Amino acid sequence: MKTITKATLELIREHYNKSIKSVHKRIIVCAGTGCIANGSMLVYEALEKAIKATGMELFVELELDVHDDKKKVHLNGSGCQGFCAQGPLVNILPEETMYVKVKPEDALEIIERSILKDEVIERLLYVNPVTGERSRGQLDIPFYKLQNRLVLGECGHVDPENIREYIAHNGYFAAEKVFNHMTDVDVCDTLVDSGLRGRGGGGFSTGKKWHLTRVEKSDKKYVICNGDEGDPGAFMDRSLMEGNPHRVIEGIMIAARAINANEGYVYVRLEYPLAVKRMRKAIEDAMDAGILGENIFGSGKSMHISVMEGAGAFVCGEETALMASIEGKRGMPMPKPPFPAQKGLFGKPTVINNVETLAAVPLIIRNGASWFNQYGTSTSKGTKTFALTGHVANTGLIEVPFGTTLREIVYNIGGGVTDNDGKVTGDGFKAVQIGGPSGGCLTETDIDLPLDYDNLIAKGAMVGSGGLVVMNTQTCMVQIARFFMNFTQNESCGKCVPCREGTKQMLSLLDEIIEGNGTIETIELLQEVGKCVKKASLCGLGKTAPSPVLSTIEKFNDEYLQHVLKKRCATNNCKSLRNVTIDIEKCIGCTSCARKCPVGAISGEKKQPHVINSDLCTKCGVCNSVCKFNAILGF
Amino acid sequence: MKTEPNNNLRQFQQVLEIIEKNNHDKTHLITILQQVQDAYRYLPPQVLTYIATMLKMPVAEVYGVATFYAHFSLEAKGKYVIKVCDGTACHVKGSSKLLDTLYSKLKLSEKKHTTDDMMFTLEAVSCLGACGLAPVMVVNDKIYGEVNAKRCGEIVDNIINAELGEG
Ligand SMILES: Cc1cc2nc3c(=O)[nH]c(=O)nc-3n(C[C@H](O)[C@H](O)[C@H](O)COP(=O)(O)O)c2cc1C
Ligand code: FES
Repeated sequence: MKTITKATLELIREHYNKSIKSVHKRIIVCAGTGCIANGSMLVYEALEKAIKATGMELFVELELDVHDDKKKVHLNGSGCQGFCAQGPLVNILPEETMYVKVKPEDALEIIERSILKDEVIERLLYVNPVTGERSRGQLDIPFYKLQNRLVLGECGHVDPENIREYIAHNGYFAAEKVFNHMTDVDVCDTLVDSGLRGRGGGGFSTGKKWHLTRVEKSDKKYVICNGDEGDPGAFMDRSLMEGNPHRVIEGIMIAARAINANEGYVYVRLEYPLAVKRMRKAIEDAMDAGILGENIFGSGKSMHISVMEGAGAFVCGEETALMASIEGKRGMPMPKPPFPAQKGLFGKPTVINNVETLAAVPLIIRNGASWFNQYGTSTSKGTKTFALTGHVANTGLIEVPFGTTLREIVYNIGGGVTDNDGKVTGDGFKAVQIGGPSGGCLTETDIDLPLDYDNLIAKGAMVGSGGLVVMNTQTCMVQIARFFMNFTQNESCGKCVPCREGTKQMLSLLDEIIEGNGTIETIELLQEVGKCVKKASLCGLGKTAPSPVLSTIEKFNDEYLQHVLKKRCATNNCKSLRNVTIDIEKCIGCTSCARKCPVGAISGEKKQPHVINSDLCTKCGVCNSVCKFNAILGF
Repeated sequence: MKTEPNNNLRQFQQVLEIIEKNNHDKTHLITILQQVQDAYRYLPPQVLTYIATMLKMPVAEVYGVATFYAHFSLEAKGKYVIKVCDGTACHVKGSSKLLDTLYSKLKLSEKKHTTDDMMFTLEAVSCLGACGLAPVMVVNDKIYGEVNAKRCGEIVDNIINAELGEG
């Protein structure tokens, strides 16, 4: 069986860096899911063709021995670079020029002007929508400038399918260090000192969790990497697994060393086929290189990792359910204790960590605990990735230190709130939903709150996995609460009664309000049931399911009251509460609506503006579909 | 249902290969079901019974797993599976309008997912992980970002036209 030594890692790094120097230019095309959807693979092919047409030497994989001085171009795809709204993204090194919204038609010009010559194509640069200025590279763009990309660092720079490039970026040196130069206790202690807390939602100290598993005596232990990422509206873990899979593997190896495990699983949700493919390839390549397998780095220890695809169940993100799923069973949670640290996968002591948690680990080992804990707040160390989505100009993947405020994230990095047509407005946001179906809402009053684990819990929200959905003033918060309730009700596994039945009742109470049948008592009952579900449910799904409802009732009480007392939805999102009227400026009195109205609620003289009798109107929408003059308001 | 033993054997040959590849290991049940579904495009009831027999486990248990996970389908799906994302990011950007458009265009509903000609299956899913491009829809494996009601109609029309051209 092949093993690799530190000297070999160093050799690979050196060769690689040398061959990079012999390359005249590098072109990195973003091949994250967002950019692929926007056609980045077509751009890649067009660039490839254009390079060949010029007769330059093209490398897709860097060769190790290149000694002549012919012009060489290295073209590669990368993982998500984060700025999804501006994709496809193309980066040119060494200048670090970044082109946005590149089309295949632009390929020839890019090669002729920016590769053969050193010109910049102004038209493809990012334009700051506020100042109108063009930014040349990532470092000039506010979206990037204001971030601290540590965990995402290499994501978007390295070729995720090339293990040598990862090694050249100091990859696997931390793994070598823990296997040959550190004890299991040292590794756990370093993690405790770093202050790293789990990024999967709970926020438990990673070092402590490892210690608890380390002290268990067992012939077999497991490490599981939780890549289920069930929170709808989040894609950080996906981007990490797709963009830098080797970092995740290195994190798993370090965790295994810390607890003395020799087998690992990566559980990836099935909606992420590219992540599955890249993780599998990375594991294969690490096996082939002798980094995984037997006698790792000559330490005598072994480690094997397999990838398991989920089958579409949100609750499987919960650790005990996830382990049941790996065992081939229905993914139902188990009561804790026993904790996975004592009795986990197949009854053996198990550490289960989130993808982002594990991806931070090699950095901590490499740079030291104090390097890591210089970032963040007193209780929440380091940085956190967020998926910034919804009504915000710059949607994408960001990473900021804990303690960053919403003002910074939504306005400075995100570029401001947009209306329903995607234009930046000055109205501010109505809410920022954070933590997905387990989380809550923040409002403009929280705009300067330093975001960290504890501050968010105090506000009834949570960091969760890090989905950050911005909502503009046109959003109905009762509908949002219903949306999440519908989600958790669907995903409730049905094992415990409070969650199974409670979520159903809460959903129907919300429907009552939305359909205009609610009263003050409905809201009170909703809160009461919510508190009960929160207290009595078996697992985290049920315990947090009422959060979006309770949080919106608290923060948007007026809006709920308006729905039940005035039977009005100010944003016109609730169909039954719509205030349907006729625009007298636009109505020419053609009478077609009055003739089609099934309940005879519309009246008026011919050639005169008509009116709707709101007592009779059922808001069916027929008038809106027959009106040729867009005169019906409220749809 | 009565089938000839020979016929039966041939019918399940592929399933058997999958089970063998997974070493008849019960803990691989989910992987086995995934691979069988990839081969058959859904999980026919006879196949579930067959898998249970081969793995020496109760049919109810296999059935229990197959019905627990959203990915497994006990009904045949159409040639084109359209997934409209109704995750948070897509929802706030108006994914319900896409669903309404497609439901009425394909004459489907929340109860009826597949068209009678077995051409289209329409599913609402939560988050495809491309939230930066919300609202998102996927047809088989191709992702479409920033789709609006008009564009999703066009995407379906293009498929129908391509099918007519071929047929
Ligand atoms: C309903 C539910 C869903 C969860 N989904 C995820 C998930 O998608 N990804 C994840 O890493 N953790 C998820 N968790 C948290 C895990 O149970 C577990 O705490 C976490 O993976 C531990 O890793 P960490 O300490 O690195 O955060 C979920 C928890 C619950 C209750
Ligand atoms: S919410 Fe639609 S892709 Fe994530």
